Amino acid sequence: MLQIRNLHARAGDKEILRGIDLDLKAGEVHAIMGPNGSGKSTLANVLAGRESVEVTKGQVLYLGRDLLAMPPEERAWEGLFLAFQYPVEIPGVSTLYLLKAGLNAIRKHRGLPEVDAIEFLALIKEKMKLVDIDQSFLSRAVNEGFSGGEKKRNEVLQMAVLDPKLAILDETDSGLDIDALRVVANGVNGLRSKERSMLVITHYQRLLNYVVPDRVHVLYNGRIVRSGDKDLALALEKKGYAWIEQEARGMAAGAPPSA
Amino acid sequence: MASSSTKTIQDLTQRDYKYGFVTDIEAETVPRGLNEDIIRAISEKKGEPEFMLEWRLKAYRNWLTMKEPTWANVHYPPIDYQNIIYYSAPKVKKQVGSLDEVDPELLKTYEKLGIPLGEQQRLAGVAVDAVFDSVSVATTFKEKLKELGIIFCSFSEAVLEHPDLVRQYLGSVVPYNDNFFAALNSAVFSDGSFAYIPKGVRCPMELSTYFRINAADTGQFERTLIVADEGAYVSYLEGCTAPMRDTNQLHAAVVELVALKNATVKYSTVQNWYPGDKQGKGGIFNFVTKRGKCLGENSKITWTQVETGSAITWKYPSCILQGDNSIGEFYSVAVANNYQQADTGTKMIHIGRNTRSTIISKGISAGHGQNTYRGMVKILKGARGARNYSQCDSLLMSSTCGAHTFPYIEVKNSTARLEHEASTSKIGEDQLFYCRQRGIKPEDAVNMIVSGFCKEVFRELPMEFAVEAQKLLGVSLEGSVG
Ligand SMILES: Nc1ncnc2c1ncn2[C@@H]1O[C@H](COP(=O)(O)OP(=O)(O)O)[C@@H](O)[C@H]1O
Ligand SMILES: [Mg+2]
Repeated sequence: MLQIRNLHARAGDKEILRGIDLDLKAGEVHAIMGPNGSGKSTLANVLAGRESVEVTKGQVLYLGRDLLAMPPEERAWEGLFLAFQYPVEIPGVSTLYLLKAGLNAIRKHRGLPEVDAIEFLALIKEKMKLVDIDQSFLSRAVNEGFSGGEKKRNEVLQMAVLDPKLAILDETDSGLDIDALRVVANGVNGLRSKERSMLVITHYQRLLNYVVPDRVHVLYNGRIVRSGDKDLALALEKKGYAWIEQEARGMAAGAPPSA
Repeated sequence: MASSSTKTIQDLTQRDYKYGFVTDIEAETVPRGLNEDIIRAISEKKGEPEFMLEWRLKAYRNWLTMKEPTWANVHYPPIDYQNIIYYSAPKVKKQVGSLDEVDPELLKTYEKLGIPLGEQQRLAGVAVDAVFDSVSVATTFKEKLKELGIIFCSFSEAVLEHPDLVRQYLGSVVPYNDNFFAALNSAVFSDGSFAYIPKGVRCPMELSTYFRINAADTGQFERTLIVADEGAYVSYLEGCTAPMRDTNQLHAAVVELVALKNATVKYSTVQNWYPGDKQGKGGIFNFVTKRGKCLGENSKITWTQVETGSAITWKYPSCILQGDNSIGEFYSVAVANNYQQADTGTKMIHIGRNTRSTIISKGISAGHGQNTYRGMVKILKGARGARNYSQCDSLLMSSTCGAHTFPYIEVKNSTARLEHEASTSKIGEDQLFYCRQRGIKPEDAVNMIVSGFCKEVFRELPMEFAVEAQKLLGVSLEGSVG
């Protein structure tokens, strides 16, 4: 599904990603953890094609194709979805309108007929059950005046409607109370399938109690400094990120990382 | 890789003006320049009654004493008023009664503009009074309107057929000496539209005029007068295009609206005149005086405008709220792209008690465009309980464009309540990226974001017009995020 090789990227004058390697197979869920500022969102943005981040080195293959050569919309057509950490507000544009335009662009690319307003409404109503969102959200402007939790649910709803092959969730759990967290986790679990891969970026371990990952990677200072199974997340929770920082310094000094 | 989307957007915005063809029709014109003889000649060609000629001459003499205004935030080379042809009419052998008699070349032009008159009659139920250069060539639906007592015809015809109405209301909202351009218009105006809706009649269709400036170097000076008698309702649409030419063309129109007791007039404009090329050469100079008077109590006037064209726009559709409880509204979207300059806004003059006004202005600047909002809210002494709400939002689409806001407020009655909100935002790279991540192409995304920004204005437009406006906006902004 996704192969990242020695990926380097910068934003502004700052080198943020400093050699990332990662393999994600179809049907797998990987978690990426790491302290604030370690480059998690930057990685998500690079994968989705944000132009303010410049790739300076490395390669990314997605379904066998050169991902970095595609403009962002083409990545979406090919089934890549990013649930944003900070979903942006678009005044005057309803979620319904945005999402229908997106879905139809994707369908068009795949040679499928466009869905009309009635079909679309039926589809979205079904998906809304998954995230427990009120229908009134759909006619409101995209994310405008939404609470933090509502924005995150809206991202999961959009993911459900667009039915991606590769979903990247950037801290979709942050700032949620336990009930909202459960709703979001259920939504994500409901979308797990043999064909769909997910990259779940999270700062805390608690989401991983609900969404159990196949692998966990720890990102620190622009590099994956440790990878392991779900127990790594628990260890991290217990020892804190300071542990990783120490190790990372050790690694820089030449000691091999213990996996 | 960093700028690929920016580039697409640029390609898009640089799309060429699609209405830039010239129609090859023999035109009857007067010699270049302006003097009393020219004015007499215009009046005579039109067979006008004496009062009209007198009025024109009065305006001309006043104009001679006036100075071209310089306060607007627009810059243009001096206009040589002696180098303009003030009258140009397609040579028509006889009075046109039906579409079949109209020059086929002319009809082709309308088709290129996307206004098949016949089609529009049947499908849209729009009565179109088409102004081609200076003379109105086809007035449709007239018969149907006549049954209701509605008069909708060219201004020239109104002068001949309904001189009393013209005499009563002409200049009653925009006097002949109101300002430099209005005085010039009053002296030389060649044609325009006239509508009168009698007492208690609700006009069953949108009345519409398409203006088109065709002949080279002709200034176009139309004059529109719309009167809604007590309890009447009318919605009027104005749409404009002009061919592409190297020299700037002057357009100095005057529109007067009158709403009597309990009457409502809605006036909507979608203007996409040739804005000049990407270097700022050519294009229409649009200096227009538009004003409505809510003469009777409970009357209402709504201006809605979408301005995407013209090299220079100088335009302030205004309302004089004279009747008690009368309402004035102004909804505007103005786009300035490439080297366009737009200086628009409104004036709301509150005279009567409990008068209310709403101003929603959306300015979009792209390329090197300069967009200025200039608005005035004036509450006079007698306007007890007057209220105004103003909202001015600016959207910047490049780092080389500008947005300027000049709100003027004058309050002479302490019971008045005024609210003003303003915002400036840059079309966000993050908004664009969000849409693209959902699979939407950059040009569609820009369209979507801009339409969202303009929503409060678009929803005031009649349905078909709103769709048209949205498309126009897309065309005039393509490629402009930078
Ligand atoms: N556009 C940018 N310009 C400059 N620095 C940036 C930009 N985006 C992110 N950064 C910096 O890169 C680092 C990593 O940011 P980010 O990827 O958002 O981290 P995380 O998501 O792990 O918290 C931070 O120090 C942040 O300030
Ligand atoms: Mg982040």
